Amino acid sequence: MSTKLEIPGAVETADLRDVATDVVARAMKAGATAADTIVREGTEFSTVVRLGQVETLKESGSRGLGLRVFLGRRTASTYSSDFTREGIERLVHGALELARVTSEDPFAGLPEPQELGALSGDLQLFYEDVYSLPPEERINFARRAERAALDCDRRLTNSDGGSFDASTGGRVLANSLGFVGESRSSFCSVMAAPIAQAENASSSMQRDYWFSAARTLKKLDSPESVGREAARRTLRRLGARKIASTKVPIVFDPMMAGSLLSSIFDAVNGDAIYRQSSFLEGMLGEKIADSNVTIVDDGTIVGGFGTTPFDGEGVPTRRTVVVEKGVLKSYLLNTYTARKLGLKTTGSAGRGLAGNPGITTRNAYLEAGTKTAQQIIAGVKNGFYVTEFLGFGVNLVTGDYSRGASGLWIENGELAYPVEEVTVAGNLREMLNNIAEIGSDLVFRGPTAAPTLRIEGMTVGGE
Amino acid sequence: MTDNHSLFFQKFGVTPGALERYLGEALSAGGDYADLYFEYLTTTSLSVDESMVKSAAQGISAGCGVRVISGERTGYAYTDDLAPEKILRAARTAALIASGPAQQPVQGFKEKPAHQLYQVSSPAADADIAAKLELVMRADRAARAYDPRIVQVRCGYADELRQILVIGSDGSYATDVQPLARFSLLTIAKSGANSGKGQAGGGGRVGIEFFQTEKTPEHFASEAARQAIIQLDAREAPAGEMEVVLGPGWPGILLHEAIGHGLEADFNRKGTSAFTGLIGKRVASDKCTVVDNGTLPSRRGSINVDDEGSPTQETVLIEKGILKGYLSDKLSSRLMGMPDTGNGRRESYEHIPMPRMTNTYMLSGDDSPEDILRSVKRGVYAVNFGGGQVDITNGKFVFSTSEAYMIENGQVTAPLKNCTLIGNGPDALTKVSMVGNDLALDEGVGTCGKDGQSVPVGVGIPTLKLDRMTVGGTGS
Repeated sequence: MSTKLEIPGAVETADLRDVATDVVARAMKAGATAADTIVREGTEFSTVVRLGQVETLKESGSRGLGLRVFLGRRTASTYSSDFTREGIERLVHGALELARVTSEDPFAGLPEPQELGALSGDLQLFYEDVYSLPPEERINFARRAERAALDCDRRLTNSDGGSFDASTGGRVLANSLGFVGESRSSFCSVMAAPIAQAENASSSMQRDYWFSAARTLKKLDSPESVGREAARRTLRRLGARKIASTKVPIVFDPMMAGSLLSSIFDAVNGDAIYRQSSFLEGMLGEKIADSNVTIVDDGTIVGGFGTTPFDGEGVPTRRTVVVEKGVLKSYLLNTYTARKLGLKTTGSAGRGLAGNPGITTRNAYLEAGTKTAQQIIAGVKNGFYVTEFLGFGVNLVTGDYSRGASGLWIENGELAYPVEEVTVAGNLREMLNNIAEIGSDLVFRGPTAAPTLRIEGMTVGGE
Repeated sequence: MTDNHSLFFQKFGVTPGALERYLGEALSAGGDYADLYFEYLTTTSLSVDESMVKSAAQGISAGCGVRVISGERTGYAYTDDLAPEKILRAARTAALIASGPAQQPVQGFKEKPAHQLYQVSSPAADADIAAKLELVMRADRAARAYDPRIVQVRCGYADELRQILVIGSDGSYATDVQPLARFSLLTIAKSGANSGKGQAGGGGRVGIEFFQTEKTPEHFASEAARQAIIQLDAREAPAGEMEVVLGPGWPGILLHEAIGHGLEADFNRKGTSAFTGLIGKRVASDKCTVVDNGTLPSRRGSINVDDEGSPTQETVLIEKGILKGYLSDKLSSRLMGMPDTGNGRRESYEHIPMPRMTNTYMLSGDDSPEDILRSVKRGVYAVNFGGGQVDITNGKFVFSTSEAYMIENGQVTAPLKNCTLIGNGPDALTKVSMVGNDLALDEGVGTCGKDGQSVPVGVGIPTLKLDRMTVGGTGS
């Protein structure tokens, strides 16, 4: 292994700023009645170490440019990675030509000028230290995580590897109302995915993983602690069995509770609401969940995984209480869906290079309760602690929820034995109202987080 | 010379001499193999929502990925700038995976004759935007006209043209111009307190005429509307193990999840698949023969060459119930001493290729679909699915119904709410007791995700009966 790598420098956002404002100016000169542009630049490094040996090493950078134009109430967009003068001319003319064939939509347009802006102050989103380690050290992060996992137990006989990833990104958004915003972010993560085989080889191999992610190396868990947790999660799956179909309390571990929360956020997405595609359509102000449930999306948390100073349309991000004590208080909206619904944007516009702005969560969470996970489990006589879902069996139109699951069976308040190849099913409407207990263990490991949850009335499908 | 040569050679100034120089740089620190993947991709997408064309987007991306393999190690770097100094820099970065004396690439590239699977007069990407718009508007009208209970229709059209040039240090050289087009529809039906969702779509490596003559907007529209209306009356699906009959076509996602991923060579080389070491063993009933075939003309999962420049082929995975082979790429075939099946695929120049499926399907059997349904006392008949997922290591897989019915005493009865089916890959197909004579492939909607990379795929099965499978409903 060579020890010299070219380390990508910090992103030059000043250049991106010039590109963005230039593209908007050209679009307006060419006849657009309004326009906005997003320019992105990013670098990535990733390495996977498997059974102690480097398996992959990847390092690169790229940039892209997306333009949205309006011709009155018509809109279209184009994107490219070609930043040359000719490339930008093609981008501008392509977008205008395309806009001529789209429909007049009375709700299409940029945000109101007074809605534009960005959070001020240091949001602590960018740290150069994600690339500060010498290459050999980065590889060692991956190697240490894997080794810590495999050293835990001799039943850990194989591995999908340990990995270390780092990335940085810069983006500039500019529009024809004079808004120019820029932000930079950094990210790093370490992961281990060991594989266990029981000594009695008749039962199947099991794999699980654990990871830590952060915006700075300083906040990353040690590779050793990641490896040990990965080992614990993998080993506890060995010897898993199927159980008979039954109706019991389901305890969602924090990762799976986060997955459930993502479905709830999908159901309050303004696009799904105006398209009548959500079971929460028309429920604003209604009680939709047990009164112990409060759900928030907050784009302003300093250092948060989902924090950003402005949204995909140049509106400052904010804290939006979506569900307060069980009552649906707000949808998540961008400019378009807010106008459609006669409401105000919540600064939730997402933005890729292509297409119209979508809607995205920032730091989305379900507020913590008071009991520890252990206390919640202790209160269950016979139930299922779910640690993994398989598949995407969620119908947001009807709320029907049916997913493959594995985890641990709870007997008399204790985790008794591993269970797999079963399904867990219910309906989100009822599930929200049947959240019986909420744990105190709310930890952000990514942009969406939830504590341990106990939900009543769901069906386990098995033998 | 094809258009493709002129694209990279003329537009981006690539020359045979430069290609040799880039490969030389990639192998400057040793290594067993290096390759360059040039990609130029144009995309168009349109969507109609509330009978308005609300979104229209076009884009271009171009870049080059450089890979260096040394033993089991892979170094990878890419650039979206095709200037020689940028490609050389990527080559130097990828080269850091190796440490040893410089190697020389084979001099002189050989392009082998390739399949000609895309029978399009001109790619959809070149068609007039107005013609594409007309198609989506037709679909919108047809879906709304289907039934007054259809309250929402969303219709999308997307096409792309991917031009690739792949050069390996082993002298391999391949080009391809890959068209791909897809139509999609989403409908919502409402009636009183009941709601239903319908989804349909299709396409392939076809031109726009495919949607004007073979699978029309009206075809997809009535399919999506029909499904949404049926869901209005759906009742709770049962929970527990029972007989399951899968309809022909897209329910072949069973094969993709239950066995396809588990037979990708990378997992088996590493011993991390539930199918590791099972070659020559029984993994299905003797009625089951399953293949992966990248050479079916015009299919979404088909490609003339894979993303390592190797020709695609038909590979038998299971023959009369016995596991026969894996799906491999260059790395796995070299390390495992097995043939390269032409399944090395990648999402784009930013990604490392790995073994992936193309079109995966089971051959027809002897049973009539009617006999199969008649043989079931109480079970589920699933004819349409959303997505699926598999845990490669323990073999557990799921796939979720979007249209299913109860079977009671041999009769198809009430429609069921969406539910997930779960099984265990290495033994799910041993429960197949009847195989229909009606093999069908899906209409061309599948996208497979693995390690964060998406590639288009196809699936297919004839009507199948599984004697036992777990159904994840809420009823009894």
